[in-house]
Amino acid sequence: MTSARAVSLVAKREFVTKVRTRSFLVGTAVIIAVLAGYVVLQSVLFDDQQRSVVGLSGQATQLADPLREKAKSFGIEVETRDVTPSGNPEQLVRDGSLDALVTGAPPALKMIVKGSGDEVLTTVLNDVLRQQVLVAQLAEAGITPQQVAQNLANVSVAVTALEPVDPQRGQRLAVGLIVAALLYYSLLVYGTMVAQGVVEEKSSRVVEILLATVRPWQLLLGKVIGLGAVGLLQLLVISTVGLGLSSAFNVVDVSELGGAALLTGVLWYLLGFFLYATVFASAASLVSRQEELQSVLTPISMTIIVAFVAGINLMIGSPSGTTVMVLSLLPPFAPILMPGRMAMGVATSWQVVLAVVFALAAIAAITWLGGKVYANAVLRTGARVKLREALRV
Amino acid sequence: MPEGVLEIDRISKRYGEVVALQNMSFDVRAGELFGFVGSNGAGKTTTMRIALGVLAADSGEVRWNGRTVDLDTRRRIGYMPEERGLYPRMKVLDQLVYLAELHGMGTNEAHTSAENWIARLGLRDRRSDEVQRLSLGNQQRVQLAAALVHEPDVLVLDEPFSGLDPVAVDVMSHVLREKASSGVPVVFSSHQLDLVERLCDRVGIVSEGSMVASGTVDELRSGGVPRLVVESPTTDWAATLGGVRVIEKNGTRCVLELADGVDDQEVLHAALAAGPVHEFSRQRPSLTELFRNVVTTEGRST
Repeated sequence: MTSARAVSLVAKREFVTKVRTRSFLVGTAVIIAVLAGYVVLQSVLFDDQQRSVVGLSGQATQLADPLREKAKSFGIEVETRDVTPSGNPEQLVRDGSLDALVTGAPPALKMIVKGSGDEVLTTVLNDVLRQQVLVAQLAEAGITPQQVAQNLANVSVAVTALEPVDPQRGQRLAVGLIVAALLYYSLLVYGTMVAQGVVEEKSSRVVEILLATVRPWQLLLGKVIGLGAVGLLQLLVISTVGLGLSSAFNVVDVSELGGAALLTGVLWYLLGFFLYATVFASAASLVSRQEELQSVLTPISMTIIVAFVAGINLMIGSPSGTTVMVLSLLPPFAPILMPGRMAMGVATSWQVVLAVVFALAAIAAITWLGGKVYANAVLRTGARVKLREALRV
Repeated sequence: MPEGVLEIDRISKRYGEVVALQNMSFDVRAGELFGFVGSNGAGKTTTMRIALGVLAADSGEVRWNGRTVDLDTRRRIGYMPEERGLYPRMKVLDQLVYLAELHGMGTNEAHTSAENWIARLGLRDRRSDEVQRLSLGNQQRVQLAAALVHEPDVLVLDEPFSGLDPVAVDVMSHVLREKASSGVPVVFSSHQLDLVERLCDRVGIVSEGSMVASGTVDELRSGGVPRLVVESPTTDWAATLGGVRVIEKNGTRCVLELADGVDDQEVLHAALAAGPVHEFSRQRPSLTELFRNVVTTEGRST
């Protein structure tokens, strides 16, 4: 039997056993449900924010067209509705079907809102009102308002940008954060799963039968590949559903961002998983019972958590800052930070290449070292094996 | 070249200051049931683990068919570890198929063989159950099936009878006997000496990491200091013979121990001269007595 066959048999068992479990199916369904709920909520909030319904009463109804146009130039959408004073329009504001009610005639306009009111909408309305007054006064002074408007339209500040402005910055940040969060989740969950699998084999003693026919490294590699594939499957399912929902609800423009982010996400998932899963597995091989597992896994989990929390904060603050840049090159942090920075479009290609090279080198070193610890410790049941002892032989 | 022989050749193993094995040597021939006995901590499990490559020996060699055992030949060994172990949350059939495949069988062959052993060991109703849901007795049967499912050329079983009920003991004995008669060398360790005595072709007694006695049960029992059981009205005559010691006296029956070179026929003549002899036989120690002897002697010598 070849090594490839041994590794693939082990990997197949891990994959099939895990994918069939209820926890995997339920877990994936829950994540998708949460994601879908978030997207729907986001799109509803988005809609709400973008669209204000303004009721116009009496003479104010003539403001409908200028109001809508002015609002558009401010980047918000206003729907105007003519209301009659007899229909108790204030009640419509109170129950939320109108965001604002505008009554009276220029220049004495009154706006009624439920709470504090939308600042942008107020600004828009003020602008419209001032323009109306201006036009009226110009006409009074015998100047053609159209001429003035044309002259005004031709005047603008010439802007020279020293750095190119990215109109998609917000969306890039969102995608970067989502990618980092997904990788954080996958590495932590599936890394822990590898560790639990190692301890299960050790505590159930089945490992002794297995090691009589396969080598420790084949068992370790098969486990990492099998569970890594389960994680990848879940990551792909979640991403595909997420991207599909986002584009369906128009939350994020995924046409170009999403595809690229997915690809780099998968690449970094593979690099990160091999790096962390091997560490998780060799740490787990030091203990014999699930209860002892937490104590050896905590330092590793902490590294991932710190990488995520600190990285995310730095990334939001200054994505192209030196600290984030340096951290994103280092193997323990790279799998979470680099794909985030790549999605945000702030990672240069030499940084990406360097991070990948570092990660590959770290994987080689960790696999060698971790494989050694695993091989030495996995058959020693009972008390926790000291790391130094496991490395000695 | 020794065909079908498993040879354990001068294996030594130390854990730090503790000597676990010291020049452990024995062989198990084709078609032979070899019983491996010794007190706890004598080195039985360590020897088996080394034979299976689960542990590495400091020195010495394990050979099969005259060649050093490597991973490929190890796949042809059926192994039941002392610490029973199977995946608790895996179904019986899946588990056996997986183990058969890991031992080099193709998928179809593995399925056929797993179904076959499931049927033979009476596990058919349980084939789709998770192992953790089985009774302890049925778990033991699955464990035996796991050692046999890849149709091994050698069987190495650590305490296969421990924790079995009498019916399961019969099933296990039957299977082991059958495997041996098909030409497979079978070695197993056990504390149930009566069972070993009944079942095994040859027995090896281990003490403190070395093989101190091995051979057929008959050979072992006839070895050592010869003893005679004599029944006659008087036993006074025995004391007058040189090289004879009375070690037990019970009414008209006595047990005599003969020194080296003493002819039992002379003893018989002396007894007949003194009076009628109703019984005159060689007393052969049971395996348990032998074992106790060996272990206590060894214990004293260190």
